[in-house]
Amino acid sequence: MPSIGRDDVARLADLARIQLTDEEIDRLPGEFDAIMDAVASVSEVATADVPATSHPIAMTNVFREDVVTETLTQEQALAGAPEAEDGRFAVPQILGEE
Amino acid sequence: MSNDIIRRSAAAQAAALQAGEVSAEELTRAHLDRIEAVDGELNAFLHLNQEDALATARDVDSRRTAGEQLHPLAGVPIAVKDVVVTKGMPTTAGSKILEGWVPPYDATLVERLREAGLPILGKTNMDEFAMGSSTETSAYGPTRNPWDRERIPGGSGGGSSAAVAAYEAPLAIGTDTGGSIRQPGAVTGTVGVKPTYGSVSRYGLIAMASSLDQAGPVTRTVEDSALLHELIAGHDVRDSTSLPDPVGSYVEAARRRDVKGLRIGVIEELKGEGFAAEVRARFQESLEQLEQAGAEIVRVSCPNFRYALGAYYLIMPSEASSNLAKFDGMRFGLRVVPEGGATAEQVMAATRGAGFGAEVKRRILLGTYALSAGYYDAYYGSAQKVRTLVQRDFSAAFEKVDVLASPTAPTVAFHLGEKLDDPMAMYLNDIATIPANLAGTPGISVPSGLAEDGLPAGIQFLAPARADERLYRVGGALEALLEDAWGGPLLDKAPELAGGVN
Repeated sequence: MPSIGRDDVARLADLARIQLTDEEIDRLPGEFDAIMDAVASVSEVATADVPATSHPIAMTNVFREDVVTETLTQEQALAGAPEAEDGRFAVPQILGEE
Repeated sequence: MSNDIIRRSAAAQAAALQAGEVSAEELTRAHLDRIEAVDGELNAFLHLNQEDALATARDVDSRRTAGEQLHPLAGVPIAVKDVVVTKGMPTTAGSKILEGWVPPYDATLVERLREAGLPILGKTNMDEFAMGSSTETSAYGPTRNPWDRERIPGGSGGGSSAAVAAYEAPLAIGTDTGGSIRQPGAVTGTVGVKPTYGSVSRYGLIAMASSLDQAGPVTRTVEDSALLHELIAGHDVRDSTSLPDPVGSYVEAARRRDVKGLRIGVIEELKGEGFAAEVRARFQESLEQLEQAGAEIVRVSCPNFRYALGAYYLIMPSEASSNLAKFDGMRFGLRVVPEGGATAEQVMAATRGAGFGAEVKRRILLGTYALSAGYYDAYYGSAQKVRTLVQRDFSAAFEKVDVLASPTAPTVAFHLGEKLDDPMAMYLNDIATIPANLAGTPGISVPSGLAEDGLPAGIQFLAPARADERLYRVGGALEALLEDAWGGPLLDKAPELAGGVN
């Protein structure tokens, strides 16, 4: 089982869009190693002949009638926004400085 | 208003309302008074909903006076775990990232509560995004156990279990992803039910792990859980995993008090090592009571259950890492803008870094790791196969027995802070409850007696998917047998809270 180092934690945090403090980047590798050691046993029994289960009670093609239903108003949808403008969510700049 | 009415079961409170012994407004006020008196010691509530609750109660009273046909629980107050969205009422899921957020809609189960006329007292404390077994990861401080305020009330639904145990509410809503209804029930001497996956709509639950999450009742008696389950269950077109089946006769099953011929399987893998001696003793005595009442006790083996914890701690963080991506500071909740301005991506990272607590970050990163290229098959893929094996264990066991039994949690309530810095020690609390979530099967925790340090322990029963009625049958019967032996409910033995003395 590969060990999870400081660089790995920093990369995962980047992928998950979570800014970590130096203290967190120092602490997490040890915690992850302990947890991954404990959960790695799943591979002992997960042999090729066992099918995977993604959902506890299998259902396929769940549809409802295609009818117009009540939805949130624009005002309701924007009510919790950190910033709104002209009936839209206002977000910070999408692209970095060129 | 005497203090006596709030100590009665929800069913007895409903009967008092129907008999005109008390009004819904008086009953709601009595619970709000109790919350005011004792919640400073417990921190079970994150938000109180006094005005709206009293308005609902008054409305029920006037409809009753007018002779309207009401739901049996109309006017009986309820507390709702803060992971369930409530229109016009703040909903935080115990996280700073949602501080002050007021949802624009109700969860389906909340709609059902409102339609039936249950005054909603407020929102209960919980581990942040339901990630924990102690309610200590809440961003708003831990909830304390009414039996011993230096101990945890279980988690993640410790606010709901403590509120019900301390007579702040006769009923509460919980959610159970790996044991968050049942384990808090066990350590507070209350009853908790995780219904079959899909029995109660997940629409409006802030999702942690969508294939595992299920809402259910938190109460003081088995009958009360049955009453609440019948109210909140049923098909919902807004949840594509909602079962289309008709709702079972849970109340009737809870009142049956007969286990003659019922085959109860004791799970060999969940009764020995790691379980405290007195917890095991109370479990054994409960089985003996059931056997004397005519049940047949059978030993069954579920050999793959030992891999369930590992599978759970891969599947749950994987699903959580995806579900919690929506908390990005763009459309609702906290937004943190780094000094001097930044791109949207940098704002997301700063917001999530500041808004999430340690356990939430740990699980999101763990899930991101388990799903990442090169590890997916070994971790997430293997965990999904274990899920199949756990389901097969259940199927094989239920060919021999009607229900399965184990202690709900390995120990009584532990001390605040005791396991907070050791994630694996914390995760092991869920060892007995997790298999049911992986398989979608229903489970109930019922008080089994006082164990180590005079604190409550619980016994868990599990039934096949869609056979929730069996849980109410065996739970109701055991509760009656044990209360006969104890001379009353276990909660009568809980110490009085200082604020509740007068």
